[in-house]
Amino acid sequence: MEKKRYPQINETVYQETLENGLNVLLVPKPELEQTYGVFTTNYGSIDNQFVPLGEMNMVKVPDGIAHFLEHKLFEKEDHDVFQEFTALGSSANAFTSFTKTAYLFSTTTEVKKNTEILLNFVQDPYFSDSSVEKEKGIIAQEIQMYDDQPNWRAFFGIIETMYEHHPVRIDIAGTVDSIQNITKDDLYTCYHTFYHPSNMTFCLVGAFDAEEMLQVIRHNQQQKTFEPVQEIKRESVMESAHVYKKQAVLHMPVVTEKCMIGIKETPTQNPDQFIKEELISEMILDYFYSKSGAYYQELYDLDLIDGSLGFETERQGSFAFSLIGANSTNVEQFRDVVLRQLDTFKSYTFSEEAFTRMKRKMIGGLMREMNATSNIANSISQYHLLGIDYFTLLPTLEAITKDEVEAFMHQWITADNVSAFFIKKEAEHA
Amino acid sequence: MMNETVIEKQGYRLHMIQSNKFKTLHFVAKFIAPLSREDVTKRALLPFVMQQATENYPTSNAFRQKLDDLYGSTFSMDGSKKGEMHILTARMSVVNPSYLSANEPILEEAVRFFNEALFAPKVVADGFDPKIVAREKQSLGQKIDSIKDNKMQLANMRLIEEMCEGEVYKTHVHGYPEDFDHITPENLYQYYQQVMNEEPFDLYVIGDLTELNVEALCDQHIERSTNAPMPSMQATEKTVVEPKEIIEEEPIQQGKLHFGFRTHTHYSDDDYPALHVFNAIFGGFPSSKLFINVREKNSLAYYAASRFESHKGLLFVFSGIAPADFDKAKTIILEQLEAMRKGDFTDEQITEAKSLITNQYKENLDEAYGMVEMLYNQQFSSKTKTIDFVSNIEAVTKEAIVRVANRIELDTTYFLTQKGAE
Repeated sequence: MEKKRYPQINETVYQETLENGLNVLLVPKPELEQTYGVFTTNYGSIDNQFVPLGEMNMVKVPDGIAHFLEHKLFEKEDHDVFQEFTALGSSANAFTSFTKTAYLFSTTTEVKKNTEILLNFVQDPYFSDSSVEKEKGIIAQEIQMYDDQPNWRAFFGIIETMYEHHPVRIDIAGTVDSIQNITKDDLYTCYHTFYHPSNMTFCLVGAFDAEEMLQVIRHNQQQKTFEPVQEIKRESVMESAHVYKKQAVLHMPVVTEKCMIGIKETPTQNPDQFIKEELISEMILDYFYSKSGAYYQELYDLDLIDGSLGFETERQGSFAFSLIGANSTNVEQFRDVVLRQLDTFKSYTFSEEAFTRMKRKMIGGLMREMNATSNIANSISQYHLLGIDYFTLLPTLEAITKDEVEAFMHQWITADNVSAFFIKKEAEHA
Repeated sequence: MMNETVIEKQGYRLHMIQSNKFKTLHFVAKFIAPLSREDVTKRALLPFVMQQATENYPTSNAFRQKLDDLYGSTFSMDGSKKGEMHILTARMSVVNPSYLSANEPILEEAVRFFNEALFAPKVVADGFDPKIVAREKQSLGQKIDSIKDNKMQLANMRLIEEMCEGEVYKTHVHGYPEDFDHITPENLYQYYQQVMNEEPFDLYVIGDLTELNVEALCDQHIERSTNAPMPSMQATEKTVVEPKEIIEEEPIQQGKLHFGFRTHTHYSDDDYPALHVFNAIFGGFPSSKLFINVREKNSLAYYAASRFESHKGLLFVFSGIAPADFDKAKTIILEQLEAMRKGDFTDEQITEAKSLITNQYKENLDEAYGMVEMLYNQQFSSKTKTIDFVSNIEAVTKEAIVRVANRIELDTTYFLTQKGAE
């Protein structure tokens, strides 16, 4: 077991890769009441074409299957796993993203038992025809709930304008139609391919003893048998650097119209550079578009936003994009102004004072994120799967120079990597 | 479990909570007044206006840049309803200086800033800056409009409007756009002065306070002449005469079936812990009756849950269903309440419910703002300091849960459904 101290932030991480390939990360924080555990597989909605374990040929599975599988792992032949956690007073949950599926618990007692339940239920699938059919009704309601949410529609709307082929353009939950095709066998195929321990990370953050918990996890894993470690073959989809469509519109029964602007990027494959680009793009967006930002202020002064302006950057191994979006009473003008603002990036330079301020703000933001066990556990797991040590973000951020930020910014926006998506009111009926 | 020291200062109660769980320090200020239809729009507008500009930071840009300079400190302000009271809350968090390599006076700067944001807003002549007031009326108006695009919130708001017709609780916390014309920079400023000079003011500071002289900084920078005692939380009681059923239509895909009940059990009552346990068995968790029966057994919904309001004595049930399943879902949901009334639950379920509640409570102790909310709530308890939440929950009996269940009355069923659905 490797023990690593991070004196600046006063954290310690224990890491070990077990014989079966499972990566374990433990962050003891004895000052807390709770412990948060998360078991993450490097498998999400974009992994829809792959060679199944032990087979030769690439297959394509129905849209929404990773998320469907996440739901179904909780159900066993004679009980629901939620009940095992609730019997201990703990809460459990799970989520599926573009690239990850994560199962989690949080508890203030019985860390060992909770850990074993989590490891065991994720590693013991039970799918039947009838339980798969039953889930379709529940997930259809989940999809329809999201379909009524303009923010969710805008998020996928902008992604669909940016990407032509990449499966990031498919809604994580799939559609009411696509999930109808999912079978028990499909679920087992995906499960056996992507839930091998060597494709997974188990992380605990909170009130426990690291040595003791590592023993528990080791012992649990030694009792189970797995196939030998094999490389997973996933289809890599060719996607051009420019956006698929410059703009698109969705009409919905909304009171407030929305506009999203997307910047499509090509992620670097170098982990050190990757994390720098992530920090830099967040820092730039924050500098211009948070409430202290000059471009936020301009949009506000022009009456184009109502305080709902949001921005984010999403970077993964095979895709990267940044978004700026808001409710607006004039969505076209909002787009025009943001496009003009983004166009200034190619020659923009910062004063030393401004650069110090933007960096300080990011430092404070990172510290604040580290207040929550759930944030630490999810971030440490997800960055680990990208080959990045989460607790080195702070020193990496501190070392970023003004020249690096400007160099990134000058090449960020091109003539054809920006798109717009509108949510507009439905036409008035007479 | 919460290490709180309360000190009566000139003009406010200072609550210091020592905790080494956070890398930040948190300041929370609370002002409280009776909820009223007449004042609510002004109270809703104040947080918008006050976050725009102060005497020394006269533009929104300058205000926010000061926060950025303080290592990305955050400041936010909002209004909320608690029973029939309205609370204005301002929150600020700042990195604990002991985590920063450079020795900078950011804590003192932060206290100074917090005080300025509350007590020294930008004033033009005898009022707030008219430009800011006009623009922020627009922001608040847009916020009110955007609620209509969130169908769960919309259904919840309509349910409360219908259910609490004739009671002050139905007042919208975001205010009413039709009041905007009557609000001027001057009368809003007068109202602001009334809040800041007269209302009970509690200031909470949480974080690793050892070696930081926070109390002295507060003494030095926070000025207020007098304080008022905490008001009573007594809310008006209403007994249901005839349950209402309201069905409305919107162009939506998923129907929202919500219920409003009256619990007749309040925060200071002896049966209050039993209401917690009731809710945990009935609908508060994924192992509760609602989730199991509506979702797991009948696949009718993705979510089906209940939540209670402690001070006014209300219980709400929420579910998102296909429009055609209205009757079926309604029957199943009301059957679960009936089962609770008959005591149709096991000792194991009671034990489990208690440990779920205890777990949730303890998890809240790891969150700074969660701790403040619990401590602030405790001030409304009529009982003196024997509030040990965990042992009160442990002591709840099955009889008490059944008693609580039998006091609960259905008041209003609200269904927001698809336009043109059968």
